[in-house]
Amino acid sequence: MAVTERPWNLRESYLFDRTVIAEIQRASREGIYDIRGFGAKRRLPHFDDLLFLGASISRYPLEGYRERCATDVVLGTRFAKKPLELKIPVTIAGMSFGALSAPAKEALGRGATEVGTSTTTGDGGMTNEEREHSETLVYQLLPSRYGMNPDDLRRADAIEVVVGQGAKPGGGGMLLGHKISDRVAEMRDLPKGIDQRSASRHPDWTGPDDLEIKIGELREITDWEKPIFVKVGASRTYYDVQLAVKAGADAIVVDGMQGGTAATQDVFIEHVGIPTLPATRLAVDALQELGMHRQVQLIVSGGIRSGADVAKALALGADAVSIGTAALVAMGDNSPELEDEYREIGSSAGFYDDYQAGRDPAGISTQDDDLAARFDPVLGGRRIANFLRVLTLETQTLARACGKSHVHNLEPEDLVALTVEAAAMARVPVAGTDWIPGSNRT
Amino acid sequence: MAVAERDQQAAVEHVDLETTPLRELNQRLHDLAGSPGPAAWRIVNPNGAHAVACGLDSDVEVEVEGHVGYYCAGMNKRATVRIHGNASTGLAENMMSGLVVVDGNASQSAGATGRGGLLVVRGDAAARCGISMKGIDIVVGGSVGHMSAFMAQTGSLVVCGDAGEALGDSVYESRLYVRGSVASLGADCVEKELRDEHRTQLTELLKAAEIDADPADFRRYGSARQLYNFRIDNAGAY
Repeated sequence: MAVTERPWNLRESYLFDRTVIAEIQRASREGIYDIRGFGAKRRLPHFDDLLFLGASISRYPLEGYRERCATDVVLGTRFAKKPLELKIPVTIAGMSFGALSAPAKEALGRGATEVGTSTTTGDGGMTNEEREHSETLVYQLLPSRYGMNPDDLRRADAIEVVVGQGAKPGGGGMLLGHKISDRVAEMRDLPKGIDQRSASRHPDWTGPDDLEIKIGELREITDWEKPIFVKVGASRTYYDVQLAVKAGADAIVVDGMQGGTAATQDVFIEHVGIPTLPATRLAVDALQELGMHRQVQLIVSGGIRSGADVAKALALGADAVSIGTAALVAMGDNSPELEDEYREIGSSAGFYDDYQAGRDPAGISTQDDDLAARFDPVLGGRRIANFLRVLTLETQTLARACGKSHVHNLEPEDLVALTVEAAAMARVPVAGTDWIPGSNRT
Repeated sequence: MAVAERDQQAAVEHVDLETTPLRELNQRLHDLAGSPGPAAWRIVNPNGAHAVACGLDSDVEVEVEGHVGYYCAGMNKRATVRIHGNASTGLAENMMSGLVVVDGNASQSAGATGRGGLLVVRGDAAARCGISMKGIDIVVGGSVGHMSAFMAQTGSLVVCGDAGEALGDSVYESRLYVRGSVASLGADCVEKELRDEHRTQLTELLKAAEIDADPADFRRYGSARQLYNFRIDNAGAY
């Protein structure tokens, strides 16, 4: 009898549901924690819990197809001689060559370039393919410093000091042995086939005072040309953002706990950090209190899937957002067309999260030459560009409905919340009320 | 005769950081990568400034008279930088090539993530010396602090004095040579046989560092390679 045909008198435990039972039994068989890719899969308060108040009598909308709603954004205006000028407020988040195949990295660059936005390296250094195909490329400085060198620092368009990521604030990178190919091993100065466990702290600075000096060194090496971002995983976001500003960041990236990963312990993904929604509000609070909102730009990531998510993040005060998991899906990850192949490796389209295993039939999260060859970087790039265009069009649609001639004119007053939790976290009223839980504490 | 006057006669470019902004100094040194300029420089009054002579990329010789702050000679390529004083955190971090010598002591994370070249510390180096090194060679005339060569990947660390606790924790393929005592070895770091090839390498490194020591007095340490792949029996070590 199929599971879906079970008798009505059988009751599944809420506490011990089938996924819990499966994990306990897997753990007891294998004796090691579950390592997987993707982001948090549990239900979390998110931008879905907010709604826009479209214009009506008290406010008037812009004509949807006739009046301009600008989308440009400039990142790094505080100190850098050459800030990034992007056409849309959606960027591609850092994902490593190693976690992703070379053609997938190329596709991200192609797509981002086609629509005038940036892409980002990852915990594996910069490849020539991604530099060549990315008009605007952000180069990450991570604790591992794999592939780090001054030539790539200078040929980057911006530098991102990665303190943490949303999937694992407080944790280092991980790349399992079957993805440490000859090229990945050479780029990272590691023996082939080992399980790479990156450090979680930077090797040459500790704390905000050191970070300020480190940023000063990076500016000196690059002659003060490049914007310097600081990326944090969302946890103590209010303090982290203020400390990053104090340390001299040009822009701050806040990655909520829904942010994806190529390989992390499941327990880390699901139980560490705070969601993107409250993190966005806390980051904006921190910037506003310092009088640095819009002076130090805020980029929010972690679970951005649609123009609605983009628009709501901007309305709460972000200057731009980044996409990672959604970009992989746009390129063909978890495609139903690959269902038979997902089944062969014990997964299913819509559920696949074994990015760590390197057996991705879509050729995206792999270092297997045959699998990677199945991925067409030109087609992948076109899909990325299409998806970024849709995100932008959707964002503009919502902004015009609220009467905004620039997407950055969206504001918290355009939003209401569907749940008490989201209202408290975003600090907007519950729909139909003037109640913002927690805002009138005495 | 004043130092500045002697430098002028010897065609040494003389820069006083008390009167010249650091930005101007570093820009002039960086400009040497694209166009020829003075081959010898003397920097006086560094007074603990951070990021002195970082990001160099030319065959220049730089002498620094005094103590420097964080990240002196950071990401150095090709250049020779000699510091006649002490150096603070991150000396020659991520160095690519060339030679960096400090006459005094170096604070923590000296040579961190260095990818090539030779770093010589004539005095002592503090904690995390050679952390995550990726091809650099480091020779320390004195002792090193705890967690030195943590996650060291490739390259060699030579310690003529003693090593602090947890030497070579999670080391990959780096070679660690210590003449004196080792307070303790870190996870997966073990003593290994000192063979002729290692004595030859030690001889060359000590000679390059201009340090008088007998290679036969050193012991070699490196990775047991037991933590290279996840194994549940090692759970306590992860």
